[in-house]
Amino acid sequence: MIRPTEERREAGSYSDFRATGLRWVLLAVVMLFCIGPLFWQAVTSVKPDADLVRLPPILPAEITATHYERVLLGSPLVQALANSVVVAAGATVVSIVVGSFCAFALARLPIAGKSIILGLILVTSMFPPIAVISPLYLVMRELGLRDTLMALSLTHAVYALPLAVWLLTSFIRQLPSELYYAARVDGCTPLRALLTVILPLARPGLAVAALLVFIFSWNEFMFALTLTASDATRTAPVAVALFPGLYEIPWGDLAAASLVVTLPVAGLALVFHRHIVAGLTAGSVKG
Amino acid sequence: MVPRRTSMTGAAMRRTLSEKSWGYVLAAPAFILVGCLALAPIAAALWLSLRHRLPILAVDEFVGAANYLDLLSDDRFWAACRTTLYFTVLSVTIELVLGLGLALLLHGLTRRPSPSARIAQVVTILPWAVPTVVSAQIWLWLYQPDYGLLNYLLRQAGVVAASVDWLADPDWAIHAAIAMDVWKTTPFAALLLLAGLKAVPEDLYDAARIDGAGWWERFRMITLPLLMPIILITLVFRTMDAVRVFDAVYVLTGGGPGNATETLSIYAYKTLFQSLQFGYGSALATAMFVIAAALSTMYLLLLRRHLREVP
Repeated sequence: MIRPTEERREAGSYSDFRATGLRWVLLAVVMLFCIGPLFWQAVTSVKPDADLVRLPPILPAEITATHYERVLLGSPLVQALANSVVVAAGATVVSIVVGSFCAFALARLPIAGKSIILGLILVTSMFPPIAVISPLYLVMRELGLRDTLMALSLTHAVYALPLAVWLLTSFIRQLPSELYYAARVDGCTPLRALLTVILPLARPGLAVAALLVFIFSWNEFMFALTLTASDATRTAPVAVALFPGLYEIPWGDLAAASLVVTLPVAGLALVFHRHIVAGLTAGSVKG
Repeated sequence: MVPRRTSMTGAAMRRTLSEKSWGYVLAAPAFILVGCLALAPIAAALWLSLRHRLPILAVDEFVGAANYLDLLSDDRFWAACRTTLYFTVLSVTIELVLGLGLALLLHGLTRRPSPSARIAQVVTILPWAVPTVVSAQIWLWLYQPDYGLLNYLLRQAGVVAASVDWLADPDWAIHAAIAMDVWKTTPFAALLLLAGLKAVPEDLYDAARIDGAGWWERFRMITLPLLMPIILITLVFRTMDAVRVFDAVYVLTGGGPGNATETLSIYAYKTLFQSLQFGYGSALATAMFVIAAALSTMYLLLLRRHLREVP
């Protein structure tokens, strides 16, 4: 009696592979692979120093908060986290504002050379960042922005702009154009129509784009490494990469710092999982 | 339009701007930002690549294609090309195959709504969200020769007799970097492919099943062709990233031991910021761009041909 229902439920499955048990085992292995390294880092971050330099035990008999205290009190990491918040928030605001204006122009307004513009934007995202760093450094020095958070924030905004523009253009194109023309007939300027009609409707797209830009900026390393030169401007990934160790790498502190730096973006990714995947597939498939 | 503008109040002017002019006005901030901070530096890099510029030696002269000719006879450049290509081909292939496997697995399990399958799907995104620098530190600790977990587990399982210093061994080091990259990006490739799988209409499978097609035939005749666009797009993105790989290798090995894991990005970085050869470094970076662009053009042509073949 059970077989037929099983069959029907499985009907439509493209796989005859009915050993569901085996699938769960496989999945468990995959999950272990995905989470294992992070879990080990979490274990390391609460191990007393004595347990760090021996194995076994894999799990410590007692746990300690020393490593967290050390990285959160009186280390440059706190400053670096604050810098990362400022840089990522600034980059997000700039690229979303500028990007949504540009996306709207590309999606709704009759400007010439749209494909050239989109092509140029794409080239920007293809060019290896390493190539532009030294000229970029000179530009920043000319602008008086050398070794400032603003320089890094603007750079991140520009290099995240292609993603924001692609995503928002495809999103705005999906909104019915009648809404825009109705607003125009009612006497709105295009800017007003954008601000009062289009953008409120595009909120889900804006949120996804903002999320992706924020995560990109938070995690970005190469620009952050080369455009910042002091503890006052270093971002969190740079602080983790250049983690100070006098003779030995302080693995426990490093683990604690790694997790603290990862927590904000990992949290965002878990909470907005569905939106992130939808945003990236939309951006890539329609792009 | 320009002379009239001065005679009008701002409000009147805003109302008389044509749709087209509005388009340019609204797109202008993006152009200015991209122009100043991306296109101008790119142009400057191209210009620099035609010069010898060594500030410490006070050398700054136009040399034409000399830097590029030097590249051709630079063994270290070719070694970096080989390393980068090896890293790219191996990591992207493994990520795609494993990612497709994981996507099929998740697709099969999430077909029936179950909380644990949902959780598995959500958790899969975690390695993607971890900053690359952090993942490199995590793996540095796993690889640690004396008390790293990997060596311990392998010793316990009897796979190795004594601990291996993975990152100090020229043959192992590049594979250690690839393994880290696979960990970081496979899950995300899987999620992109999963989104593609969910868009494949179920009726096709039912029809094929009625015609007596086995799972391999259904996979080959339905899943794979319909998934091809998203597979190719994943390939483009992953290839571009892998060709430019920097963070992971920089933290994990710094390009060493010797130059065993020196990728093009690392070589360009060292040339630019350690030996301060701005002209030669820019030529290296431009060569990287050409390689990345050639690879993605190839994929995009494949994609276009594929889209033309499948109605």
